[in-house]
Amino acid sequence: MVKEVQIVKTGIKIPLAKPKVGVAGKTGFWRITRPIVNYDKCNKCFLCEIYCPVNVIRVEPDRGPTIDYDYCKGCGVCVDVCPSNALELIEEE
Amino acid sequence: MTAPNPQSSKPRSPLPFNMREVVLPGDSACPGCPIPMAWKVISAVFGEKMILVIPACCSSVVVGAYPGNSLKASVVHVAFASAAAVASGISEALRKRGITDVQVIAWAGDGGTADIGMASLSGAAERNHDMIYIMYDNEAYMNTGIQRSSSTPYGAWTTTTPIIGKTEHKKDVAKIMISHGVPYVATASIAYPHDFYAKLQRAKKIRGFKFIHLHAPCPVGWRFDPKYTVRVGKLAIETGLWILYEYYDGKIHLSGPSRPYMDPKKRKPIIEYLKLQGRFKGITEEKIKEIETYVNQHWEWVKRHM
Repeated sequence: MVKEVQIVKTGIKIPLAKPKVGVAGKTGFWRITRPIVNYDKCNKCFLCEIYCPVNVIRVEPDRGPTIDYDYCKGCGVCVDVCPSNALELIEEE
Repeated sequence: MTAPNPQSSKPRSPLPFNMREVVLPGDSACPGCPIPMAWKVISAVFGEKMILVIPACCSSVVVGAYPGNSLKASVVHVAFASAAAVASGISEALRKRGITDVQVIAWAGDGGTADIGMASLSGAAERNHDMIYIMYDNEAYMNTGIQRSSSTPYGAWTTTTPIIGKTEHKKDVAKIMISHGVPYVATASIAYPHDFYAKLQRAKKIRGFKFIHLHAPCPVGWRFDPKYTVRVGKLAIETGLWILYEYYDGKIHLSGPSRPYMDPKKRKPIIEYLKLQGRFKGITEEKIKEIETYVNQHWEWVKRHM
C-alpha cells in the first residue's frame, strides 16, 4: 500500500529541526538548589526517575539513582516524591 | 524504537525503555514544569512513533527553537486555533498512505482547547478522526503572562483577574466532549503517571477520536514552590477538586486514585489544596464554601453517570 514518496530536489531548504540534547543550553546553569542522593536510604522505587521533569535521573536496579548535573534544573520534584527521604536539596554555591 | 542493550546481564530497569530515550534533557521549560513529565509518560506508550501537533502554548517554547528539538518524535507547530484541524488532516493522510502504527496526538493547552481551539476541536470530534487530543490544563494562559482562561477555577488570581480573583467556575471540557459522543474521554493528572499510562494504553487500542483532559499544576502561574508540582496535583485529587475517570461504552468508570474520595468524609479539606498556592492567597470563607458546593455537584454528576 505504501509507495515511496519522491522528494523533488528544488534546492529549497526546509526549516526542519533535529532532536538535540540541550536546546536551551546547559540548563544546570539555572540551578539554585542541588539534589543529592543518600544511597544507604534509597530503596530503588524509581519514583524520582518517573517524575523527573528534565529526564536526567537514571535509576539502576542495583545501584540507585544517578543525576546528570549538567542539565538538572534543581526544581526538587524528586526530593518531594521520594518516599524514603533518600534525596536532599542543598543550596548551590 | 531502540531495543535494550543485550550485552548487559544486570537486572534491567522495569520502566518502559522509551521513557528514557524520547524526551531529551535540556529543554527550555521552567524548573518543576509538568509538561515534560507528561511527555515522558506519552513516550513510554508510543515511543518515537507519534506525531505531536502543538498550537501556540507553553509547549511550543518547551520543545525549543529552530535548529534543535527536545523531543525525539515528529512535532508540528501550528496556529493557535487549528490544532485539532491539522491533526485531523495528518491522521487522514496517514490512513490514505496505509500507515497504521503512528499515533497522531494533538497536544494543546487549556487556552488552545477551551477558548480558542474549541471550534476546530468540536469539528474534529464530530468527524471522529483517529487521534488523541490531550488538553493539558494549567488553568490560565501561562506562556503569555498568566491571563485568565475559561479553564481558570473559581477564586483564582490571575493578572487579568487581580484582587478578588475569578468570579466564574471552570469550564468542564471533558463533559463537553462526552456530549459529542466520542468513543473515549478521560481525565488524568500528571501526579498519577501510572494512571495516565493506563489511560493512554486504552486509548491506543481504540480507533476514533480520543480526548484526555490532563491536570497539570504550573509552579509559576499558580505561585507555589517548584518542588510541590506533584504534591499539588495529588492534593487536587485527595480534596475531590479533580476527579479521575474514563468514559467509554456510554458510562463513566471511576479510576483507582479517585475511588476512595467518592465518600465526602474521606476527602481532605479544600483549604489544604488552596493554601499551598499563592494564587488563592486571601480567599474568603464564603468562596471556599462556594468551591465546596461546586465540588459536590461535580461528584453527584459523576455518580449519576456511573
